[in-house]
Amino acid sequence: MTKEKRDDPPLETTRRDFIKIASTAGAGLVLGIFFPPGRSRAAPAAAAAIAGNGAFAPSAFLRIDGQGVIAFIVPKVEMGQGTYTSIPMLLAEELEVDLASVRIEHSPPNDALFRDPLLGEQVTGGSLAIRAFWEPMRRAGATARTMLVTAAATRWEVPASSCRAEKGRVVHPETGRTLAYGELAAEAASLPVPEQVALKDPKDFKLIGTPAKRTDSLDKIRGRTVFGIDVRLPQLRYAAVAASPVYGGRLQSVDEAAALAVDGVSEILRTQDSVAVVATDTWTAKKGLKALSPTWDDGPHASFSSESLDAAMAAARPNPALTAQKIGAPEELLARSRKTISASYRLPFLCHTAMEPLNCTVQIDASGCDIWTGSQVPARARDGAARLLGLPPENVRLHNQYLGGGFGRRLEIDYVTQAVALAQRAKGPIKFTWSREEDVQHDLLRPYFHNYLAAVLDDNGMPAAWSHRLIGSSVMARWFPGYFKDGVDLDAVHGATNLPYTIPNFVMEYLPFEPPMPTGNWRGVGPSHNIYVVESFIDELAAAAGKDPLAYRLALLDKEPRVKAVLELAAENAGWSRPMQPRRSGVRTGRGLSVMREFGAYLAQVVEVSVADDGEVTIDRVVCAVDCGQIVNPDTVIAQIQGGAVYGASAVLWGEITFKAGRVQQSNFHDARVMRINECPRIDVHLVKSGEAPGGIGEPGTAGLFPAVTNAIFAATGVRIRDLPIRPQLLQRA
Amino acid sequence: MKINVNGSDHEVTVPDDTPLLWVLRDVLGLTGTKFGCGMALCGACTVHIDGAQARSCVTPLSAVVGKKITTIEGLSADPSHPVQRAWAELEVVQCGYCQPGQIMSAAALLKVNPHPTDADIDAALSGNICRCGTYVRIRAAVHRAAELSRTAAV
Repeated sequence: MTKEKRDDPPLETTRRDFIKIASTAGAGLVLGIFFPPGRSRAAPAAAAAIAGNGAFAPSAFLRIDGQGVIAFIVPKVEMGQGTYTSIPMLLAEELEVDLASVRIEHSPPNDALFRDPLLGEQVTGGSLAIRAFWEPMRRAGATARTMLVTAAATRWEVPASSCRAEKGRVVHPETGRTLAYGELAAEAASLPVPEQVALKDPKDFKLIGTPAKRTDSLDKIRGRTVFGIDVRLPQLRYAAVAASPVYGGRLQSVDEAAALAVDGVSEILRTQDSVAVVATDTWTAKKGLKALSPTWDDGPHASFSSESLDAAMAAARPNPALTAQKIGAPEELLARSRKTISASYRLPFLCHTAMEPLNCTVQIDASGCDIWTGSQVPARARDGAARLLGLPPENVRLHNQYLGGGFGRRLEIDYVTQAVALAQRAKGPIKFTWSREEDVQHDLLRPYFHNYLAAVLDDNGMPAAWSHRLIGSSVMARWFPGYFKDGVDLDAVHGATNLPYTIPNFVMEYLPFEPPMPTGNWRGVGPSHNIYVVESFIDELAAAAGKDPLAYRLALLDKEPRVKAVLELAAENAGWSRPMQPRRSGVRTGRGLSVMREFGAYLAQVVEVSVADDGEVTIDRVVCAVDCGQIVNPDTVIAQIQGGAVYGASAVLWGEITFKAGRVQQSNFHDARVMRINECPRIDVHLVKSGEAPGGIGEPGTAGLFPAVTNAIFAATGVRIRDLPIRPQLLQRA
Repeated sequence: MKINVNGSDHEVTVPDDTPLLWVLRDVLGLTGTKFGCGMALCGACTVHIDGAQARSCVTPLSAVVGKKITTIEGLSADPSHPVQRAWAELEVVQCGYCQPGQIMSAAALLKVNPHPTDADIDAALSGNICRCGTYVRIRAAVHRAAELSRTAAV
């Protein structure tokens, strides 16, 4: 019989101790590889503290100690997309080590060492990981390998060219001598870091391009992986949180006595717009929060509603907008034409609802602040906490954890700053766990959009002119103000400009329109709404021209061979040219397609749907063809396209967050409905083998799915869905 | 109150209406069983009670006295349960947060139905949400696990 709490320290407390020890030891040679050679001395102090203790750490991503432990410090966080495997594959390939022999570590917050070179910040998102690190990570591996070989060659007094690296050892074939990397670590650490190293020719890849096993699978299968919500610390207390249900509202009153009367509740914490009950365990904290009965002053947005937003956006339609792209003279053609085709599309707010509800563990004491949570922006989160506490960033330590899903929600730091603000006057570590209701009702939503499209067809039925006006929130204005060009938010129009189709007269305009609350990044970002609009409208033009949707698109893709190729591959595998097999009698069936060229990847999706008499839609099958250039891990690509399609499927069928009296009306999975296994179609993914530059695939599967479904519904029923989510009432058989 | 988890008895001193989920996670430190919704809608909290699938977020402590509770940590000493082996073989996991619940539901299914059809799998696992969308591989892995179980049994 045992009475226990588990005592294993989480990974990050061990790492923190290591850093403390290392910073007092002598510095090993460390180089932040993002700095061009002349600037390399700029950050040695910080980097040396990480390496220290005789370890070999020629870049921030790699550390080999004298005992032979090879650690990879990954600049992206793992949220299911496989970065803790694919990024290490790049390093392991050039370093010549087995992936299974490597210890994977979360990167600590440090923009200088771990920033994404394409974004300039330590961020995981935008399907950028492989594109950003394809070259730098391989270079880091090749650099380290070169130094290890040099160290061995020096010890053996042989030319470096007579040695080679394989499976974590340097080998001198002539004499049969070998040395493990760990045995060479100290000597390698004393060598100058070469500025130029040769990278492998792709034809020599042994690991890149193979379906290597994920480094995190076994622990996840055993339930051992530590997600933010799982962090355990000595003397940990647990807190349940409630924030103002209306954005901008304030806490008005609480019944502290009732909360404190619950056995196990120790403390009430508050800020202006949130309150937390702290207790011995999460359940007791929830009971305490219920007893607390907080009331709220709803504030200035108390009457905000989906209806009021929709009406205001509709009224804003004629306002002057920003031009995102213009080709030729579309307005004149549209004005002259007697046969314009026009359509409006409305897209709802979308929530993220990753499986792991938001959570953050905080401890504030004389030494500063420690934070344990899962974040897609660890440095931003650390900096936000530091600013709030008035502390220098180096006194705030954020220990990143595995994420139980991100999808863009963890690009925000609100749940971190909330926890830090609440914990300011508390002692000891406190784990703040949001309920699912809090998670749904305090999301930073994918914005609500209105779209107005018009086109003129030429005598052959092809689009001679196309205009698109988009109205909705600019996520980037708040989240990443640098991502603008000529005043236009590049994310808002992403997927609506630079279309693959040859259209001689084209204009795309964007009118920012902000709801009261901040909006956020959602899987697929700009393309998550623009691909639905573009691929729906091109489908409408095909129908107006009396042409097959596939043939119509192909005729417009002369300049885009890679787009054509995935479209043809998906169509072929879906049997597009053959009639659909009938399903249950009386059920309407249809096939629709979409194609996109975004995130550096080319993706076509063909979807088959069944529509019942009552209008209920079932997605029966999805056939995908993807060209994402040189593939690092084909298994990951397939998994991400499948998973992305399911994420999109949930949204196109049921995704909608609505507001009434300032409040989000949904609260849990019963009314924020998502796809379950019994609703999940068969999803086939066909990969194009390519040596082109690697693209990103975390998001395309989601963005392309929406229009493929609604185009299939049109094929099945003759009804165009221009307002998401799909409403079965509109599809009832007459 | 004494409860039996993964073959060991534990004395816990929390109110007997405390859901088993929070006893496992916060009191016993067995964090493999996950919180996802608190309303038995998502399945992340799935455990076995006397071998049958149960949602621990709505199962009060009082209901499990004298019963055998199995969590993901107790399914096997190493990940050698046929469901776990199939999950590893077919590389099912992405973020992994829902997977302990998926695995526990699949294991409970195979205990009562060693030859499940797709429809059987759908019915048994429809209570387990995966936001990463790993369902295609989950289905295949349950079939594979059934195969591995049958091979082992021979």
